[in-house]
Amino acid sequence: MQPAIAVHNVTKTYSQGSAAVHALNGVNLAVQSGEVVFLMGPSGSGKTTLLSVMGCILQPTAGSVRIRGREVAGLPERELPAIRLAHIGFVFQGFNLFPTLSAGENVELALDLKGIRGRDARRRAMELLEQVGIREKFDIFPADLSGGQKQRVAIARALAGAPDILLADEPTAALDSHVGRRILELVRSLAHAQGVAVVIVTHDSRMLQFADRLVHIEDGRIVEPSEAKAPAFAATPLEIAPLAVSGA
Amino acid sequence: MPPLARRNLFHDRVRLTVTLTGIVFAIVLIVVQIGLFIGFTSATSNVIENSGADLWIGAKGLAYLEQAVPFSERKLQQVRSTPGVATAEKYILVWGNWQRPDGRKEGVVLVGLNPDLPMGGPWNLSAGSVQDLKTADAIIVDELYRQKLGVTHLGQVIEINGHRARIVGFTQGIRSFTTSPYVFASFKNAQTFANLAEDRAFYILVKAVPAADMERLRRELAARLRDVDIYTTTEFSHMTQFYWMFTTGAGIAVLLAALLGLIVGIVIVAQTIYATTMDHLREFGTLKAMGASNGYIYRVIIQQAALSAVMGYVLGMVASVFIVRGSREGGAAILFPWELAVSMFFLTLLMCIGAAFVSINKVTRIDPAMVFKG
Repeated sequence: MQPAIAVHNVTKTYSQGSAAVHALNGVNLAVQSGEVVFLMGPSGSGKTTLLSVMGCILQPTAGSVRIRGREVAGLPERELPAIRLAHIGFVFQGFNLFPTLSAGENVELALDLKGIRGRDARRRAMELLEQVGIREKFDIFPADLSGGQKQRVAIARALAGAPDILLADEPTAALDSHVGRRILELVRSLAHAQGVAVVIVTHDSRMLQFADRLVHIEDGRIVEPSEAKAPAFAATPLEIAPLAVSGA
Repeated sequence: MPPLARRNLFHDRVRLTVTLTGIVFAIVLIVVQIGLFIGFTSATSNVIENSGADLWIGAKGLAYLEQAVPFSERKLQQVRSTPGVATAEKYILVWGNWQRPDGRKEGVVLVGLNPDLPMGGPWNLSAGSVQDLKTADAIIVDELYRQKLGVTHLGQVIEINGHRARIVGFTQGIRSFTTSPYVFASFKNAQTFANLAEDRAFYILVKAVPAADMERLRRELAARLRDVDIYTTTEFSHMTQFYWMFTTGAGIAVLLAALLGLIVGIVIVAQTIYATTMDHLREFGTLKAMGASNGYIYRVIIQQAALSAVMGYVLGMVASVFIVRGSREGGAAILFPWELAVSMFFLTLLMCIGAAFVSINKVTRIDPAMVFKG
């Protein structure tokens, strides 16, 4: 089965003065539809960079990124927003809700980007907030929502465009463990129900039971591939690339 | 589109107030300066444009209305005998000295005309009639200048160049661009007031027969008369306007002030919209990450600018109307035609949207990866 997203031999190199920093070094990862993958590693290991490359926010220096089989690495910058809009939803550590819009309007904004407006947008936004369990908060502004409620709105917003892939960067970091578990339960159930491939960057080892697969990344490379918990999602064979930082 | 632009705009009311203040300031300054320009321009040539004449004939070398020098009025007969001329009248326009009741003197412009065929005569009379100028010593002045001239009532007797003059009427709204008000009199009385020789005139005003070919008439007259300049009312009006507004620099000064108002408005609006954009930069980055095109984000910013423009325009127009009304009794008229009001709407929009481009340039360069930074 074709993965929802697959990165192959991806490298991302930054210049820092005369030195080159390899944020990613020959990374391979494929995520199937409906699979929940946790991406774990110490700070500076390249987790967010990998998420950014998978999310078509950053272009890799080398390698392949395929979304639903379509190669997106190397596309011109101006084509990437359309790719993100069509295939990818994001959930952020800081929620990144629009403070001047209500919960419902935040979701409607995502729908507006997809060309869904008016009553259709309102109805769909209601459904999405219902799915995440906070329909009654439709007209409430983010300032009056709890952390968990804000993240639910963010999840609803991320799913508004019916993405193939959901990328979440530390979605529970700003939440207490109880609320964080509820959020990850929600993400997992939605992923399985809607067939969305989910990649979650997290430091929190207490939440591992919500992952279908764990992927560890250190110094820009995936170092310990974990076997998938569910037989339907077999671990993808991963290569270990040598660490390399070139100096002046 | 959810009301992101409107909500962002009203989110910070202090900043919105600053933005609107800047827009109102710019609008009022531009309206006042352009209005003054229009008012001044009108005042320089209103006697010409309300003359009812088709052609103005003056001594050679004529550049503007007040520059005329006297010439022989015998040319009048030559003009009247020219085919195509319906009527022609001699006309005086010369500086004079008005003595106020308290002894102070004020400069005035004496205008002498034929009250029976009042080409070049007073209009908008609020008291008396043009026919009253036929009586001895009769003059008509404008209400605006009553205080300046020390005029207290109709029938008042004063002195012009040492000659007795009696006020028989008032007009409303006949402004002079210079500080010297117009004083209308019959040709004969004006000759007396101005100490002019009997056979001298400053202009000959010509009314052509209906459907006359003006250029042909002008050529006919030029062939018959020597040492004169002949202009249509429109040409002479424009020449006089140009002289006073541009040759003297007065018009350029007000236009520069208007330009300054526009620049100040742009700077203030650009600064506040930029500050608002910076406050919401993370949101714009999120929009980009969500897949919004640059065009979508530009629309949000431009909507903010346009909303500011509309609100500022309404407030600016209210302020301008008050100021314009207040200027009516003053020496300098600020004219506010509807065309200026409509133009100001589009100029305000342009000003605000143009100012927003600084912000648009900023959001174009947002790195969407910034949304991952906590």
